[in-house]
Amino acid sequence: MTSLLGAEAATAVIPAPDLPVRPGGRGAGAWRYVVLVVLGVYFLVPIGASVWFSIRDRGQGGVTARHYTGIPGAEGFAEAFTRSLTLAALTVVLALLLMVPTVVLVNLRLPRLRTTVELLTLMPLVLPPIALVVGVRSVLSWAPDYFLNTPLAEAFFALQEPSLPWILVFVYVVLALPFVYRALDAGVRGADLRTLTEAARNLGASWPRVLVSVVLPVLRTSVLNASFLTLALVLGEYTIAAILGFETFPTWIVRVSGSLPQLSVAVSVLSLLITWVLLLLISALDRRRGLKESA
Amino acid sequence: MTAVSARSAGTADLRDRPGVPIRLERLTRRYGPVLALDRLDLDIAGGEFLALLGPSGCGKTTALRAIAGFDRPDEGRVLLGGRDITGTPASKRDMGMVFQAYSLFPNLTVAENVAFGLRVRRRAKAERTGRAAELLDLVGLADRGGRYPHQLSGGQQQRVALARALAVAPQVLLLDEPLSALDAQVRVQLREEIRRIQLELGITTVFVTHDQAEALSVADRVGVLRAGRLEQVASPDELYERPATAFVAEFVGTMNRVPATLADGEVQLLGARRPLAGAAPASGPVVALVRPESLVVAADPAGTGRVVTRTFSGASTRILVALADGAEVRVDVASAVSADLTPGTAVTVTPAERPVLVAPVEPAADGGAAAQA
Repeated sequence: MTSLLGAEAATAVIPAPDLPVRPGGRGAGAWRYVVLVVLGVYFLVPIGASVWFSIRDRGQGGVTARHYTGIPGAEGFAEAFTRSLTLAALTVVLALLLMVPTVVLVNLRLPRLRTTVELLTLMPLVLPPIALVVGVRSVLSWAPDYFLNTPLAEAFFALQEPSLPWILVFVYVVLALPFVYRALDAGVRGADLRTLTEAARNLGASWPRVLVSVVLPVLRTSVLNASFLTLALVLGEYTIAAILGFETFPTWIVRVSGSLPQLSVAVSVLSLLITWVLLLLISALDRRRGLKESA
Repeated sequence: MTAVSARSAGTADLRDRPGVPIRLERLTRRYGPVLALDRLDLDIAGGEFLALLGPSGCGKTTALRAIAGFDRPDEGRVLLGGRDITGTPASKRDMGMVFQAYSLFPNLTVAENVAFGLRVRRRAKAERTGRAAELLDLVGLADRGGRYPHQLSGGQQQRVALARALAVAPQVLLLDEPLSALDAQVRVQLREEIRRIQLELGITTVFVTHDQAEALSVADRVGVLRAGRLEQVASPDELYERPATAFVAEFVGTMNRVPATLADGEVQLLGARRPLAGAAPASGPVVALVRPESLVVAADPAGTGRVVTRTFSGASTRILVALADGAEVRVDVASAVSADLTPGTAVTVTPAERPVLVAPVEPAADGGAAAQA
């Protein structure tokens, strides 16, 4: 989906005809279309194939929406989907609660820690999720092995409650750190946050007030971006949920793909669509805000 | 009238508070090895408009931030109306500040920006809108309340920032180079307006700037800072006419550096002898500091000076003259009598009949050229 947006951006910056055309410009234009077509094929063919597979009626031939209409009633779908949405919402809230003050602090009060924080937030990208989850699993297994009948063991077990596994929230927050940090940091750097917070402090605002009334509105777009990236990450995460043995939306899709292959693909297509719609919604919200302000 | 109605509404009015004095006592601030403030002592009278002037890095902004509470001094105290506020957080200091960078909250309208401080103080909605309207009127933007900051010009944004700073009826107004991002014309206009409003409200004001013309034109007194210490605090006239040090002399206004000799309490320069002004270094070679208007230039076929350029600026014209020894001096003459001083003309330059300030010869001095502040 990123590449599709990239293509949109690329068409938007095609130089106006009155700009001087450098030699070979025509050839470069042709190459641009080649790249677009190759990329389009690369991304659209699998999606098209999935869509075709999910609407093809194997019995009588022709097309059917049967597999889509069957989604809401499919066994386990509602639970898994709701659980994933809940996990995503909790992850977004927790990641923002953690990172908004961090980013603001690093930019305003502790600029010397910037490199450290940047490196720390990069760790989840460097560490393969599989290594992370193996570590998490062995730590969780300490509970029955060493701490049985202690409050700590109770806490560990509570973290692994199958209906709402909080442990996944914590691991997802870690996984989301690189994206959340970068989205927020870009927003903070774009605005002169130091002057704005000082102006608010000077006018008598307490620190919590500064955060709510000044920082968050300024970071609105970045917060939206960070939330969206986190949401997409959680709704698509399979490895960790599967290895820790929890049923989330992605693991449910994989589970039903054996018995109901067309339904599982229909669900995948649908989730892709939902992600796109969310993305478009966010950029539309942002654009409308821009329009309102420049009106 | 305004005062009475506002007080009956239970608010501190903008105009009914006497100016509050500020005192800085041995204020010291280090940034690593750099001494930004070096035992700075300064008394600012209630209702006074004081400008802090100096080159970048002289500590003027650090001093202002210490007063505002954004920067905690390593040593020394800040007193507001006799009360020690060194440890008081910025949000509890009751000061209004206008920043160099545009600092309006982008998500709020102009009126909401102005009312921000009152909203933080949980004032009633009617009071907030009333006060915002009053202040926007004061800064001449009564019709822009519903706009967003980015719809305003830079000068308008700084006016709104001023209105916002004053809306909470602060005890002190702090201005941190509020004009330096603006066009020259807007800058002059706005600085006059700031002065008008300051006089109207009688609010103690500290104005930080690196622009000497700005400082001299609006302030009651100007403090010239250098390397974290005050070189001189004086009225603009005194600063210009009787600079206490060579640094002040050269930083404020245009100053010519002319090679001279000091002997028997008199200064010998440009073939003339003039009494010495201020403190004297050891006798011998010195540099005389002479204002462009304190030199006299006359066309003289036998003169050793040559006119290099002639810059007309209304009533006066500035003549740049190359002296025989290669040094250049700037001389201001009345435009009416400058017609024959075209480039290439042979001239003589003599000092006017008044005491001359001197400085020791600096080894690395740039060939005695005139220094432009």
